[in-house]
Amino acid sequence: MTFKLAASPHSHQRRTTQQVMRWVYLALIPGVMTLIYFFGWGVIWQLLLAIATAWTAEALCMMLRGRPVESAWRDHTALVTAVLLAISIPGFAPWWIIVIGTAFSIIIVKHVYGGVGQNIFNPAMAGYVVLLISFPVQMTSWPLPVQLSQVDLSFLDSAVLIFTGYTPSGYDIEQLRMGADGMTMATPLDSLRTALNHQLTIDEALQQPIFGSFAGLGWQWVNAAFLLGGLVLLKVRVISWHIPVGMLLGLAVPAALAWLFSPDQSVSPVLHLFSGATMLGAFFIATDPVTAATSKRGRLYFGLLIGFLVFAIRTWGGYPDAVAFAVLLANMTVPIIDKYTQPVVYGHGGRT
Amino acid sequence: MSAASKKAIEAGQIWSFPGGIHPPERKELSNQSPIRQMPLAASYMVPIKQHIGAPGEICVAVGDTVLRGQPLTQSQTGQGLPVHAPTSGTVTAIGPGRIAHPSGMADVVIRIRADGRDDAMPAQGLTDYTQVSPAELLDTIRLAGVAGLGGAGFPTAQKLALQRPIDYLIINGVECEPYISADDRLMREHAETIIDGSEILLHLAGCDKGLIAIEDNKPEAIAVMKEALADHPHFSLRVVPTKYPSGGEKQLIQMLTGRQVPSRGLPIDIGLIMQNVGTAYAVSRAVRHGEALTERVVTVTGEAVAKPGNYWVRIGTPVAHVLHQAGFQATGEEQRVIMGGPMMGFTLPDVDVPVVKITNCLLIPSVTELAPAQQEMACIRCGACSDVCPAELLPQQLQWLAKAKDHDGLEQQNLFDCIECGACAYVCPSEIPLVHYYRKAKAEIRNIAREKAKAEIARERFEARNERLEREKEERLERHRKAAEARKKAQAEQVKAGGENPQDAVQAAIARAKARKAAQQKAAAENQSSNEDNS
Repeated sequence: MTFKLAASPHSHQRRTTQQVMRWVYLALIPGVMTLIYFFGWGVIWQLLLAIATAWTAEALCMMLRGRPVESAWRDHTALVTAVLLAISIPGFAPWWIIVIGTAFSIIIVKHVYGGVGQNIFNPAMAGYVVLLISFPVQMTSWPLPVQLSQVDLSFLDSAVLIFTGYTPSGYDIEQLRMGADGMTMATPLDSLRTALNHQLTIDEALQQPIFGSFAGLGWQWVNAAFLLGGLVLLKVRVISWHIPVGMLLGLAVPAALAWLFSPDQSVSPVLHLFSGATMLGAFFIATDPVTAATSKRGRLYFGLLIGFLVFAIRTWGGYPDAVAFAVLLANMTVPIIDKYTQPVVYGHGGRT
Repeated sequence: MSAASKKAIEAGQIWSFPGGIHPPERKELSNQSPIRQMPLAASYMVPIKQHIGAPGEICVAVGDTVLRGQPLTQSQTGQGLPVHAPTSGTVTAIGPGRIAHPSGMADVVIRIRADGRDDAMPAQGLTDYTQVSPAELLDTIRLAGVAGLGGAGFPTAQKLALQRPIDYLIINGVECEPYISADDRLMREHAETIIDGSEILLHLAGCDKGLIAIEDNKPEAIAVMKEALADHPHFSLRVVPTKYPSGGEKQLIQMLTGRQVPSRGLPIDIGLIMQNVGTAYAVSRAVRHGEALTERVVTVTGEAVAKPGNYWVRIGTPVAHVLHQAGFQATGEEQRVIMGGPMMGFTLPDVDVPVVKITNCLLIPSVTELAPAQQEMACIRCGACSDVCPAELLPQQLQWLAKAKDHDGLEQQNLFDCIECGACAYVCPSEIPLVHYYRKAKAEIRNIAREKAKAEIARERFEARNERLEREKEERLERHRKAAEARKKAQAEQVKAGGENPQDAVQAAIARAKARKAAQQKAAAENQSSNEDNS
């Protein structure tokens, strides 16, 4: 009788790549729900468009590369890219925005570099930056939080807006962004930048209704929800603490210093932490293992760098939010971080 | 070792090692009942090499009758480790046979047909081993065939014979590999013998401190050993937290002393020596009873055997016999028979191979118990492997380099510090058989080094030959030159002494020859003219 031959170890932890990815999108649910609650149904349509595009692009690439299509679908990585990009863009952006972005993420950023595990840049963020630079108007047209909005859009109304540019009752996206006073309202970070450019002090700027109770109406809760999902990922050990803690510290520490020394020009670290894409970035985007540093120490530095870059770009840069740029810049530094953070191998002078 | 680190060690400090994993232990499957005696098999296959080092010379012939414990091999040099007959019977064949090895390779095997009487060689033990010289004691252990039973199979006496200062003897009863409980049961049932063997090892190591380490998932063994150690002041018990691979030599040293064995070095380089509890037991039996190593405890476990547990199995017992006795039922096409544990064991292609000195476990899992590996997927660089690597290597980097056959890169990333524990492959979400790639790469690098060494030797020989030929030619020329010189000198001296110059003789000879030739020509001419006259 002959028996099956196999290489050791014969025992495997039953957590596959697809399970890791499944945890990632399960942990995104609270954040997505909060986004829908504050910014309307558009998010769902963007998600559907992104997933459909990602799957199609993935299948196309695998066919062109002569690889089995099912294996790519099975690992769920394209799905995570699609979801991250979809929730990063304004909910009522025209349909072709997300289609172009997702296709770019999957085809150029991922497959041109060699597919899963080979890409240098975070696909979702590279896609986001391409969109932001190419279509700045559409990409910065964040809708008002539903609570401040004058128009209530149903699930289907949202689809009509996304596909035609107008709601069934004839509003376009600009009109939807107007507050009760007829002024177009931007996101908290946008408003802040505008206010500071107009020589207002922070206290004056924070008087605007968009700022809500502590870090921006809607945005603060969206960030809190992503934080919650992120903590779940930490708990189930899909991610380690190094990158999120690094990024949040890298952002909060300089923000706190600036706030202490120049309170008129700077916002509190809390506002930094709970606005824009901070929490989404810290727990879901920067933690993309493929494009992050390798060792634990390296990942801490990687996170710190992203956090500091977010602070720097928000404070001195030309764009209101900065997570995408910060992540891409940090992606570039990964080889050098890896080179200098390699742990000392057993028996090589550590504690002999 | 510094006084401060010694003090910390004495205080019982337990350090930790980086990484490690917690796979399901499944030891309860086999550790519930006492060690049972495996019934005798009809025939045995004893490979002559079961340890690290050269085999001995075969000292029996086909047809010989042997007794249990009778040496089948011996060595003149005092280095080789003998193997012994596992039971009484007749040698039926000596020749190549399959051995339990990951590659399924063959080696010289001595086959013995058991006569069923199991008669043993008369043996004499030592009551007081302190009365004999260490060399004699080491020889006793060597002649009993004792090799490291923990897995490596390094000859025990050889390890102890390295005359180097030793601070601590460490007795390893950690047994961190899942499923295996052979050492656990041995400690529970033979604590006194293990400690006696440890005392002998301590005596031979020439140090006065011994540490016995047990993982905290063996409370019964800990209790028994603690009690047995009460009147052994040289030894202290160290309970280490359960984490695979805490039983690895390097990891256990790090846990007990906070120090690391230098890369490519030995524990003895930092004043430590480690022996397994099973080895300590075998040493005691060899010294106290003169018994050769002919049996060991083997854990036979897994859901595909009806009677899992620990067995005293004779060295050389066919695996088929063990499985039959343990009530093995194949569970399907994907059935695996693993020699060793689930982390580091290897699969056997068939069961017509013998149990050897380093066989601590036969694991026969059902197909559902340890699911066969899935198809390898792409690495997503998640880094889970680096997080669990106890050697602090970067397994994913090694994997890329191994696949690219970048041997320089692999050596730079310290591939050879990998202990092949399998923690990385265990956690890999893409199910990449990482250790397999490392083993392959190591073998390739070793082969290249071997080929290079061979080529180097060939080159040296070729160059040496050329040099020799050149030298011989020059010597010949030199000899001729010297001879010519001597001749000339002798002539010159002769001339100087007023004697005949040989050169004159030559000139005279030439003159004579010329004169003769001229005379001949003249005669011929005269002859011709007289002929003309006649016509």
